[in-house]
Amino acid sequence: MSQRRSYQIGTGLFIVLGFAALGFLATQTTSLANYRQGPTYALQARFTNVGQLKLRAPVKIAGVRIGSVHAIELEPDRLDAKVTLAIDERFKQIPDDSAAAIFTSGLLGDQYVGLQPGGSPDMLKNGDELVLTQSAIQLEELIGKYLVGGNPPSANAKPEAEKTSAPGN
Amino acid sequence: MSDANRTNVVGDGLAEVGRIGLFLVAVIAAIPRSLRYLRETVRQIFFVGAMSLVIVMTCGLFIGLVLGLQLYDVLSRFGGTASLGTVVSLALYRELGPVVTALLFAGRAGTSITAEIGLMRATDQLSAMEMMAVDPMSYVVAPRFIAGVIAMPLLACIFNALAIFGAHAVGVTWLGLDNGTFWSNMTSNVDVWTDVMNGVYKSMVFGGIVTLMASYQGYTTAPTSEGVAHATTRTVVFSSIATLALDFVMTAFLM
Amino acid sequence: MNVTEPLVRIRGLMTRLGGKTIFDGVDLDIPRGGITAIMGPSGTGKTTLLRHITGQLKPDAGEIVVDGRNVVMLDRDALFDLREKIGYLFQNSALLTDFSVFENVAFPLRQHARLPEELVRNIVLTKLQAVGLRGAAGLMPAELSGGMARRVALARAIVRDPMLLIYDEPFVGLDPIALNQVLKLIRTLNATLGLTSILVAHELSAIRRVADNIYLIAAGKIAAHGSPEALTRGETAWTKQFFGGEADGPVPFHYPARDYAADLGFPT
Repeated sequence: MSQRRSYQIGTGLFIVLGFAALGFLATQTTSLANYRQGPTYALQARFTNVGQLKLRAPVKIAGVRIGSVHAIELEPDRLDAKVTLAIDERFKQIPDDSAAAIFTSGLLGDQYVGLQPGGSPDMLKNGDELVLTQSAIQLEELIGKYLVGGNPPSANAKPEAEKTSAPGN
Repeated sequence: MSDANRTNVVGDGLAEVGRIGLFLVAVIAAIPRSLRYLRETVRQIFFVGAMSLVIVMTCGLFIGLVLGLQLYDVLSRFGGTASLGTVVSLALYRELGPVVTALLFAGRAGTSITAEIGLMRATDQLSAMEMMAVDPMSYVVAPRFIAGVIAMPLLACIFNALAIFGAHAVGVTWLGLDNGTFWSNMTSNVDVWTDVMNGVYKSMVFGGIVTLMASYQGYTTAPTSEGVAHATTRTVVFSSIATLALDFVMTAFLM
Repeated sequence: MNVTEPLVRIRGLMTRLGGKTIFDGVDLDIPRGGITAIMGPSGTGKTTLLRHITGQLKPDAGEIVVDGRNVVMLDRDALFDLREKIGYLFQNSALLTDFSVFENVAFPLRQHARLPEELVRNIVLTKLQAVGLRGAAGLMPAELSGGMARRVALARAIVRDPMLLIYDEPFVGLDPIALNQVLKLIRTLNATLGLTSILVAHELSAIRRVADNIYLIAAGKIAAHGSPEALTRGETAWTKQFFGGEADGPVPFHYPARDYAADLGFPT
C-alpha cells in the first residue's frame, strides 16, 4: 500500500514539476511575457518609417520596459505610420514634451520604441500624442551612405534617416 | 552480397517496419481497454518519467552551459551577444530539447521497458496474464505507451528550463551579459505556439515512438537472456533512428 | 449439461508447427472431477496440447470442446470468459515480478471482480493458507525458492475457484520435499475444490501417486490410454519403453542418420 502511495506521490511531483517548467517556458521566455496584464493607457506617436518594429515590441524609458507597442497602422491621409503604445498605468509621469524614437537593441537585435523624457511640467494622458518622434534608422541606408562616400544610393531615401518629424513645431 | 541476399535484407526490413506498424495499431486498439488500469499507467509515468528526471536535468543543465559558451563566442563575432537568450531558447525549444531528451529517454526509460517486458516474456508472465484473461497489450504495453506520451513533453520542458538556466548562468552571471537584455530579447522573439508548443508536440510523438519501439522489442524478444540483451540494444538503435527521422518529417510539416 | 460428458473433448486434432507435424489425429477425453495425466517423450507437444485447450494456439484441424464450447471457434472475449474459469500453473511459475506474493495471488481477483478490499484479503489469505504460505504473503517473488514460487502460482491459479486446473510440468526442478508438498496439494485441491485437473509431466513415480488416468502421447498420436496400473502393466512397445524406461525402442536412441559404415567411409 505505502509503496503504491509513494509511486503516486512521485508521479504527482513529477507532473507538477513538468507543468511548472512548461509554464515557465511559455510565460517567462516567450512573447506571452510581454502581455503585462496590468492596467495600461494609450499614447500615440507618428513615424515616417517604423522599420522592423513589430507588435508587442517593448517601449522603454532609460532602457527599462514600461509598455509595449499595441497597434501599428498607416494613416491614409498623411501616409504616416501611427503607432499606438500601451503604457503601464504605474508610469503616469511622462512629460508631454517627451520624444519617441525607434531604436535597435544591438546590431542584430529587435527594434523597440524608446522615450526621451522632456522637461515640461504637464504630463501625458490617455490618448495623447507624442509629437516629437524619430523614425527607425535604416541600417542599409547608413551602410550605403558610408560606402559611396556620403551620397545615398537613391534620392528619395535621403531625408528618412536623420529626419525629425515634428509637425507640432 | 548477392542480389538475392540484398532483396532479403530489404524484404526483412520492410517486414519489420510492417510488424512495428501492426504493433502500433494493436497498442492503439488496446488503449480504450487500458483506461481501467489507470493505477498501472500512473506507476509507469513514475518509472519512465520521474526516474528519468535526474539524467534529463543534469544533461539539460550541461547542454545549457555549453550552448551559452559556444553561442556567446560565435555571436560576439557579430556583436550580437544580446540575442544569446533568443538563439539558445529557439535552438532548445525547436530541436535540442525534444531530440536530446528523446535520445536520453530511449537510453534510460526505453531500455528498461524492453528489459522489463522481455523478462516478462522470457518468464511466461505475459502468457500467464493471457491465461488469467488479462490482455497484456492493455495491461503492460498500453500504459507504458501512454506514460511515454505524457512524460516525454514534461521531461523536455524540464530539460529546456534547466538549459535556459545554464545558458543564463554562463551568459549573464559569468560573461557579464545584461540580464534584462537576455530576457527581453528572448521574450520578443520566441513565440508560444510556433516555438514552445511545437516542441511539446514533437516530444509527445517522440515519447510515443520510443516507448513503442521499446515495447515492441521487449514483446517480440527471444525468450533467453541473450535475446533480451539484443532487444535492449535494438531499442536504443531503432528508437534513436526513428526519433531523428520523424524529427525531420515533423519539422518539415510544423515549420 | 450432461454431468457425465467429459469436461474437455478433443477430436481429430491436427497441428503442424514450423513444418513439423506435432499432432496427427489426436482424440482425447478429460473426464470431470478426475486428475488426468498427459505423458510422453520430450518434444511430443504436451505443452502445445495445453495451449490448444486454453485457446492460446489454434490447431490446423479438429475440434476442442471445453465445457461445451468449441475453443477453436471462440473469439477473444469469449476465450477470455472461458479462461476466467481455468487455472493454469506454468512450468516456471510466471509470478509477476513487480508484485508481492499477496498481490500476485490477488491479481486475478482485482482484474475481474470489484470486491471490497476486506474480502480480497480474506480470499487471498485462505488460498495462501491452503498452499501453506500465508506467512510469506509479504515476500517478493525473487525471495522465494522454486518450490515456494510454484505453490504461490498454485494459489493464484485457484484464487477464482476454477473448474479446470492445468499443471504444466509441476514437478520439474523440485527437491523430494517440495515434490511431495506439490503432490499432496494436487490431490487435496482436486478433492476439496471439486476440480478437474490436467497434469503434464514425465515423472512416472509422481504421476502414479496422483493421476486417475494417463494418456501417453507419442509421434503425434495417442500411444496408450488407461489407469496408471493398467498402463504400467501394458504390453505395447510404447508403454514398455516409456514405463520401463528402456533407452531404445519406438523412441530411438539414435537420431536418424545415414548408414554408419557408409558414414565412416568403409566400402559396403
